[in-house]
Amino acid sequence: MDTKVKGKRAAAAAGDVGRETQLELYRLQLELRYCEKRAYDLFLQNLIKGTSHLSLGQEAIAAAFGVAMRPDDWTFCTYRGHAHTLARGASMTGVLGELMGRECGLLGGKGGSMHLTDVEKGAMGSYAIIGAHLPVATGAAWSAQYRGTEQVAVCFFGDGTTNIGAFHEALNFAAVWKLPVIFVCENNLYMEYTPISSVTAVEHPAADRASAYNLEKVVVDGNDADAVYLTAQKYMARARKGDGPALIEAMTYRHSGHSRADPGQYRPKGELEAWLKRDPIVIYRDRLLKLGVAEPTLADIEGEAMRKVEEATAAAKASPAPSVVDVEKNVWADGGSAWRN
Amino acid sequence: MAELTFRDAVAAGIAQEMERDERVVFLGEDVAAAGGVFKTTVGLLERFGPKRVRDCPISEQAIIGAAMGAAMTGLRPIAEIMFSDFLAVCWDMVANEIAKTRYMTNGQIALPLVIRTANGAGSRFGAQHSQAVENWAMAIPGLKVVAPSTPADVKGLLAAAVRDPDPVIFFEQKSLYSIKGEVPDGEHVEELGKAKVLRNGKDCTVVALAAMVPRSLEAAETLEKEHGISCTVIDVRSLVPLDTQTILSEVSRTGRLVTVEENPRLCGWGAEIASIVADECFWDLDGPIIRITTPHIPLPSADALEDHVIPSAARIVREIRERID
Repeated sequence: MDTKVKGKRAAAAAGDVGRETQLELYRLQLELRYCEKRAYDLFLQNLIKGTSHLSLGQEAIAAAFGVAMRPDDWTFCTYRGHAHTLARGASMTGVLGELMGRECGLLGGKGGSMHLTDVEKGAMGSYAIIGAHLPVATGAAWSAQYRGTEQVAVCFFGDGTTNIGAFHEALNFAAVWKLPVIFVCENNLYMEYTPISSVTAVEHPAADRASAYNLEKVVVDGNDADAVYLTAQKYMARARKGDGPALIEAMTYRHSGHSRADPGQYRPKGELEAWLKRDPIVIYRDRLLKLGVAEPTLADIEGEAMRKVEEATAAAKASPAPSVVDVEKNVWADGGSAWRN
Repeated sequence: MAELTFRDAVAAGIAQEMERDERVVFLGEDVAAAGGVFKTTVGLLERFGPKRVRDCPISEQAIIGAAMGAAMTGLRPIAEIMFSDFLAVCWDMVANEIAKTRYMTNGQIALPLVIRTANGAGSRFGAQHSQAVENWAMAIPGLKVVAPSTPADVKGLLAAAVRDPDPVIFFEQKSLYSIKGEVPDGEHVEELGKAKVLRNGKDCTVVALAAMVPRSLEAAETLEKEHGISCTVIDVRSLVPLDTQTILSEVSRTGRLVTVEENPRLCGWGAEIASIVADECFWDLDGPIIRITTPHIPLPSADALEDHVIPSAARIVREIRERID
């Protein structure tokens, strides 16, 4: 499959982003990459059980929105949500601890990899049923509109989500009510194990359907953090002003399989290799060097990111298993689970 | 006290809570301009305006998802699902998302919301618009489940549901909408999780819900007058939380339990109550537990057929007579 992004591409003039922001984008992408790789290693060591869905190769999108969003904006993401949760500033120890089923986990071991949440940081949940969080993000946006807070809800999902009913219901609902919600389709070319093109009637599963909701067709290079950042800024500013939702399709590629169980053998020969040349982090490092950022500056950022992952890993490993005493807590607001007197 | 219909008591309950708390918003299909297909929300749009009372597209997932997103970010939404059968269309939102989110996030996310829905038979609407599905909701940890039987309770329990910090599924039995009853003046709030003993007897305890309550009361009168059998009748009102203490104490006193359910036979709520009673007051029982239910079939449409399968007062009398005499 061609790695070139077709359709309308947001201009990514490096000067528009600003050097400080670019260094922040580089740092965040690296943290997401290193942490995700660490999650993979911990699987191989059997320290992470269950399943997990990695964002390796897709980090530019989560990082760009993470940097562009206001602290009180809301993120809604899928079961492939480690990166989006971390990108809002959630504790890396809390994320790795949750993946490892430890007491220090963000959810105390009750949610796991597919449900990472950090409400204090605006990470309003990772949703493991395809499409479910599009209506939920829509509702959060309604609350922002109702209360006049100018907050924006950002909802990330994969290309496969565009074929489920909740996608249509949420897009129409958000458009009719002019809600401040940004729908971000991360098109990584595969719905689980199947090429999205083989099960979808249009070339761009999200953007080609935007007109059905009277929305603009927006396709962006999801492996270019600057391009995503500028696109995010533009449409979030519009949404804050009351101009309603946006549907953004970010073209990207996951370097690993769909989940832990998937080696990704359905991919044609050479496809992964072609996309590895367009690795968002490789692209970004080259760009920063060309812009005159010194090699030692980048090396420092890389060293710092790795140190953060090492510290988080050690802290998570040192954390005990959650106490079974708490297993029936927090079903209800009173902290308990009683259903009878 | 004023006499209100059940449907007017719904509107009165919503209005009372919207008046009290600006965070309360109301959304659903045909609920604003049209006042609801069952006319349960007439006047709310005029009184509270289009920002708080909102008509939605036919998008049950979006309606319930929007209620969830609004609830977790500071509002207290009431969402209407026109017929409870349509809960199946948005069951992911109800069962996977709303019910589980507080637990999965270890208490980080609160979902103070109410889903109101018209439930049950009596309108000859057939199998997809007549089901009593309160037992579906009862089976999911994380949902509170309420089903009132009188106008006073619909107002008071709806108010309690809106004020509750947890998600509540509120079932309004649609054949009750036209009944009238006294509703207290001024603010009226009931407590969730309290059953009500409506009638005291000595021979058996009849436990009923929603439309089965008036039928059980009618049956109890007949049994007393014509057959000398004296029945306690309990209106369960709330399946979750469940007031087992009231039920257990009445069953212990009378020695017999009869549940009257509109649900089809398998896994109706009466089965859970029968199980609790068998577990916890078996030695106080003087005979087998009796479950009166709809047969385990989809509901038919024709009036003669629907009336035949839904428990009637006559059938309750017959079954109790045959098995308790």
